[in-house]
Amino acid sequence: MPMRAIDRKLWRDLWQMRGQALAIALVVMCGVGTYIMFLTTLDALRATQDTYYREYRFAQVFSSLKRAPESLRQRILEIPGVDQAETRVVAQVKLDMPDFFEPVTALMVSIPDSGHLGLNALYLRQGRLVAPGRADEVVASAPFAEAHGLQLGDRFHAILNGRRQALTLVGTALSPEHVQQLRPGSVFPDYKRYGVLWMGRQALGQAYGQQGAFNDVALSLAPGGDAREVIDRLDEILKPYGGLGAIERKDQRSHRFLSEELQQLGMLANMFPGIFMGIAAFLLNVVITRLVGMQREQIATLKAFGYGNAAVLGHYLKLVAVIVCAGIISGVALGVWLGKLLAGIYMEFYRFPYLKFALHPEAVVQAALISLFAAAAGTLFAVWRAAALRPAEAMRPEPPARYRETWVERLGLKRWLSQPTRMIVRHIQRRLVKSLLTVLGIALAAGTLMTGFFQQDTMNYMINVQYGMSQREDLSITFTEPTARRAMFELQGLPGVEHVEVFRAVPVRLRHGHRSYRTVIRGIEPGGDIQRLLDAELRPVRLPEDGVLLTDYLGYLLDVRPGDRLVVEVLEGNRPVREVTVVGLVKEYMGVSGYMDLAALNRFMREGPAISGAYLSIDSAYLQEIFNTLKGMPRVAGVAQRAQEIRNFKRVMKETMLFFSYVATVFSMIIAFGVVYNSARIALTEGSRELASLRVLGFTRAEISYILLGELGILTLLAIPLGLWLGRWLCFYIAINLQNDLYRVPLILEPATYAFAAAVVLISAVLSALVVRRKLDHLDLIAVLKTKE
Amino acid sequence: MLNEAGGQAVAVFEARGLTKVYPMGEVQVQALRGVDLDLYQGEFVVLLGPSGSGKSTLLNILGGLDTPTDGTVRYGEHDLSVYDDAALTRYRREHVGFVFQFYNLIPSLTARENVALVTEIAPHPMRPEEALALVGLADRMDHFPAQMSGGEQQRVAIARAIAKRPQVLLCDEPTGALDVQTGVLVLDAIARVNRELGTTTVVITHNAVIAEMADRVIHLSDGLVASVQRNTRKKAAAELRW
Repeated sequence: MPMRAIDRKLWRDLWQMRGQALAIALVVMCGVGTYIMFLTTLDALRATQDTYYREYRFAQVFSSLKRAPESLRQRILEIPGVDQAETRVVAQVKLDMPDFFEPVTALMVSIPDSGHLGLNALYLRQGRLVAPGRADEVVASAPFAEAHGLQLGDRFHAILNGRRQALTLVGTALSPEHVQQLRPGSVFPDYKRYGVLWMGRQALGQAYGQQGAFNDVALSLAPGGDAREVIDRLDEILKPYGGLGAIERKDQRSHRFLSEELQQLGMLANMFPGIFMGIAAFLLNVVITRLVGMQREQIATLKAFGYGNAAVLGHYLKLVAVIVCAGIISGVALGVWLGKLLAGIYMEFYRFPYLKFALHPEAVVQAALISLFAAAAGTLFAVWRAAALRPAEAMRPEPPARYRETWVERLGLKRWLSQPTRMIVRHIQRRLVKSLLTVLGIALAAGTLMTGFFQQDTMNYMINVQYGMSQREDLSITFTEPTARRAMFELQGLPGVEHVEVFRAVPVRLRHGHRSYRTVIRGIEPGGDIQRLLDAELRPVRLPEDGVLLTDYLGYLLDVRPGDRLVVEVLEGNRPVREVTVVGLVKEYMGVSGYMDLAALNRFMREGPAISGAYLSIDSAYLQEIFNTLKGMPRVAGVAQRAQEIRNFKRVMKETMLFFSYVATVFSMIIAFGVVYNSARIALTEGSRELASLRVLGFTRAEISYILLGELGILTLLAIPLGLWLGRWLCFYIAINLQNDLYRVPLILEPATYAFAAAVVLISAVLSALVVRRKLDHLDLIAVLKTKE
Repeated sequence: MLNEAGGQAVAVFEARGLTKVYPMGEVQVQALRGVDLDLYQGEFVVLLGPSGSGKSTLLNILGGLDTPTDGTVRYGEHDLSVYDDAALTRYRREHVGFVFQFYNLIPSLTARENVALVTEIAPHPMRPEEALALVGLADRMDHFPAQMSGGEQQRVAIARAIAKRPQVLLCDEPTGALDVQTGVLVLDAIARVNRELGTTTVVITHNAVIAEMADRVIHLSDGLVASVQRNTRKKAAAELRW
């Protein structure tokens, strides 16, 4: 069937406005793309998490204890609401990896000699589980094995309860319990220095004096089982056995980090597509209203030929639909591609055995509907206005538009304004709403540009505060158990060690009214130079002789103010419950804890001068030597290097946040260009007759460019400060939403970020101006004299 | 060349063998086929001819809006046919006043400002108020185009065209969009400018009545000058009726 003439017109019109159509389609593509990207990634990760947890029977309640006989398991199983109980032996061990001089710590977890794990089952990546009774075989977490390039059959050494033992790798695995593998105290994974190993129950039990006993238990709940009640009963049962207090799944470390990340992603998934789709919709609406408005005469002509209003409307809707659909289709493709990329990045970070990636049709339909609706609304309005006119009326030239003097001129500035400048300001005022919307569109693009960089700025700031001002040690060492203070002198005597400060860390549950929080109270040396506490203005805080200082956010969580009394349940030793006064709050961006003077904490614990570890500043030339010595010290359970922590921090940021920053930046740039270019292009179409008249009167190209682009310039310059202001609010909104007990993101925006956002908008404006300027050079001067508007 | 009146007159324009060919897709449209023409200082010329006779093309070339395909057009000492875009722009800016059928006023500027638009860029302009007074709009100077009738708008356009004191005033169907009464007012303003400022004036029209107010009437037909007729008695605009 041959194409109808009116449809041919459609394609030709599209071809004529290809530049603008492309810009609109690109903006729609970005809006739809982010929407799909975030939603599919979020859905994929959530679905993966759910399936993985279910299929590999991730436990719901966890508790550590000192030592309990295996027979206790039966009593635990009898707690109402408990379905399964998995007892095990868990120990933190030091490893000696070949070709890696730094100390490596591993969490050693027992697996039943039968090989069957009722809960927290292993997903075996390679090899096999440990053979029954073999004390020299281990299964390693897959990322750890990868980080060290371990092959099945490779051997390395572990210090098990002070005894060096050779281990052979027989398999690699993933566990739902360790999706995120974090060394205690770290916020980011470091697979080279921290891993999880699984060993036979009998062998590990023997090494740690837990034969026929366990020091860790995981439970699953029966349908309808109440975690709170189970925990209370479990704590009661385990109390005589040194139970450290059970936790729910939501407080389990790996799960906790994963859920925070997903929640964050969910927040971004709501916010960014909203902004992008909003801008896209707005732009579509404005552009299409104006495009159709320009075709007033053509609409009249079509009507004069006998096309009805519906047919005319249909024609323009089709035109718009083609542009928008192109945007939607490419946006969905882009979104899926980016979603897979993003999910892949999260897969690297969180070790899932598989990823359930699915494109949900609802997401596509939603994105498509939002775009189409915005476009259709703009079209309807514009076509309605054009079609309401009688054809004869519409074909007559429009009467000259009404203008009046602007307030700028009435303020007395008029005599300073040349005629072309007056044209610009009057034009802006006459189309005030449109001008403001253009300003808003450009401003939003500038604002979103800032959000991409905000994350980097704030992360750099956090690193600077955390590791530059507060935790300034080169190495931090933790002992296997509280140790006499004189261990400090041993460390001080090591070659290359310049300065040592010791600390005592006591696991506690803090209670205030009905609120409680599980954390540690850290006793540190007053006046220390390595470990410093900072107040809200980041000035070092003097440690009070008595009482506790809390991280400001912990104060907020517990709803306490300086002077309030806190109940402290100590979660080690004979677990005393005592009270302490909160004397102040300190600023910390990562983690939450309590701080006391070391001596005060020792007094509070009614113990001698005991320490849990030490902070060292060292001469880096001796690093390897110090590492070697520390590896050989049986009391040293783990060593962390500040420089490495910073590297881990940056690496993780780079992998997750930066990807997102790039996407946000590129999309914002496209949107900035789309808004500016379309504004310029429309201004050109609307103003071409006037500009051509001026050319005829003897105005040069540069002079008429000033009139056309001056308006765009003014709008852009107005939009930039507004955009930077909006951007700051957007970042503030993100920061508020990223606030939790793991970290608080401060609102830090570097001047360079403002400058970048402003520069991108300016560059978009200049590029658009150049494109439009080229078109100005080809104005048809003669046609304009012969035709009416 | 001699003025047809026999006197020594200064030729402002000398066109020789002017040809203009427009490519229209695969066809060549010959708009001018070798026009020879002189226009003299201070004279009022009406170009008459049916649509497609080439009169607008001729006016565009004289006004520096277009260049001939072949032939020469001299403006005083200068050969317009070899001018580039920048030189033509300067020529229009300094020497030519245009009046269009649809006025082409800038709607965002008042009458005074529309005129000032040109006086601000011309070398020896008159004051905008003076130009507007000349066309009888002294009391409408601060009105925007939307507040004026078609005739008033066209008179603003004339004031705008003559405010730079151009050597030549080119009017393309200046009354084409106006009724008789306002048309007469506009023509009167043009005649007055021609008379009082001595501006060489060319008016394109296909309204033969207007020819009665010219010094000379040039008939164009099919891209050639068909005839030149000299009016022995110029009628005043007020005497014209159509």
